Amino acid sequence: MTDLTKLKIAEARDLLAKGDISSRELTEAHIEAVDAADGLNVFVAKTPETALRHADAADAKIKAGDAKGMTGIPVGVKDLYATKGVHTQACSHILDGFKPEYESTVTQNLWNDGAVMLGKLNMDEFAMGSSNENSCYGPVKNPWRAKGSNSDFVPGGSSGGSVASVAGYIAMGATASDTGGSIRQPASFTGTFGFKPTYGRCSRYGMVAFASSLDQAGTITRDVRDGAIMMESIAGFDAKDSTSVDLPVPNFEAALTGDIRGMKIGIPQEYHLAGMPGEIEALWHKGIEWLKAAGAEVVDINLAHTKYALPAYYIVAPAEASSNLARYDGVRYGLRENTDGGGLDDMYYTTRAAGFGEEVKRRVMIGTYVLSAGYYDAYYLKAQKVRQLIANDFKAVFKKVDAILTPTAPSAAFAFGEKSDDPLAMYLNDVFTVPASLAGLPGASVPAGLDKDGLPLGLQVLGKPWDEETVFKVSGVLEEAAGFSAEPELWWR
Amino acid sequence: MSDIDTATVAKIARLSRIKIEDDKLEPLAGELNNILGWVEQLAEVNTDDIEPMSSPVDAKLRWRADVVDDGDKQESVLKNAPNGEYSFFAVPKVIE
Repeated sequence: MTDLTKLKIAEARDLLAKGDISSRELTEAHIEAVDAADGLNVFVAKTPETALRHADAADAKIKAGDAKGMTGIPVGVKDLYATKGVHTQACSHILDGFKPEYESTVTQNLWNDGAVMLGKLNMDEFAMGSSNENSCYGPVKNPWRAKGSNSDFVPGGSSGGSVASVAGYIAMGATASDTGGSIRQPASFTGTFGFKPTYGRCSRYGMVAFASSLDQAGTITRDVRDGAIMMESIAGFDAKDSTSVDLPVPNFEAALTGDIRGMKIGIPQEYHLAGMPGEIEALWHKGIEWLKAAGAEVVDINLAHTKYALPAYYIVAPAEASSNLARYDGVRYGLRENTDGGGLDDMYYTTRAAGFGEEVKRRVMIGTYVLSAGYYDAYYLKAQKVRQLIANDFKAVFKKVDAILTPTAPSAAFAFGEKSDDPLAMYLNDVFTVPASLAGLPGASVPAGLDKDGLPLGLQVLGKPWDEETVFKVSGVLEEAAGFSAEPELWWR
Repeated sequence: MSDIDTATVAKIARLSRIKIEDDKLEPLAGELNNILGWVEQLAEVNTDDIEPMSSPVDAKLRWRADVVDDGDKQESVLKNAPNGEYSFFAVPKVIE
């Protein structure tokens, strides 16, 4: 029997339908892979009993001829999603012991379709980070290592556990979330396919909130087709989220026709970043040639306010975070610290000091400052106006092109500690992903090549609002042309 | 514009309800100044007559009937409380 963990979702779906394998077998193989991967620090909570229960229910569903795309498929869930009665902490101490009394809509959609939950995945605390070094459970190791080296690299962030579980053949797919690039950047670092839909496509109900006008659910899978299958399962209107948009979910898989003839692809000139590694420029150029060869017309475009996207993001996101994270007060859930034995106010101060990590404290304080009296107009209102200009840039460009192609990140995976002492250097990781997040656009990172050290690099495809299908279609063409077949060695097993 | 001293850091920490030890104020002031100094490049952008963008979704907020459609979940609501007594959230003494 072949290694069941190497199957893609689409392949497993077909074998399950034919009765060649059962979800139980598939799930047992993945539970074994989960246990063998403790060294990567991918899972922060394992749920093998739930997994087997889900698997048996899936097998019954398949027998009854009631199978959907995700039926019987073992997946990991980012610790950001509320899972009823199961560990949910967004990898923060401040949510110690929290077991929600409700289920997030995204995960409920997966379970309704018969997917199998393997457990909860490590991440940067409250999704704040680009290397997964900010988790209260410690960092995740990237399954990929440089050629001839035993050194470890970061998996990217914040969805570090999601990408490592999929890249390391531990889960067949994983939920993730993207506020400024937390799906696409780690996907690029691990040779996985990361997909972030249009803001409003997926319900945010039951997602631990970071920055509510930016947070959006998405998926990590091993290829584009798997992404289409999983996205179709998690997407859809939900009355429980006031920003969820009531539009039908298309059949994303049907968009993978491979036919992009006559399509116009924009290449934003502002994304040619000074000091970017030559091999990333070269890969981008290759991507352009691949799309041309497939019959697309490639045009240069301008997104004039690109350079202001990161600074605007680092006002808007912390501002919203400072407001969202005000709920962690030691009263209703999670950690309570009152070491000084003082009154209510002292309890707030000590609980939040003990519960939040350094980066979270930094962002809450920045957010508090930019929203405070006397600074609101100069910082927050200004950033919201710049955000509008960035969105306008995209709107104008999308009158002329169908999709945009850029690199996903300005570097490959880096070493632990390399950027953790310098918040600004860390923030720059998201330079290519943040603009689309601010505009609420759908985007994907497609594994496209390896750098000189043998580490994966991704290309980013951006689309018009609600046109995920074009993003999938273009991603599929890139995937086919890139023929990315490299795999990490399974050194941790 | 951004010139955050330790007194300002202490004030932000108070507004944020985060206890910061005195010896951490100085390094934090440095970090916050670095970040705020960097975001100040936004001042170069002409934003005259630009509406601030608060959400990427244009859609109007939905209306719903003003009826109770959920509730009566006292036990669930209190389940995760660090200290829940007599069907209430219990907190340290507020009034002497």
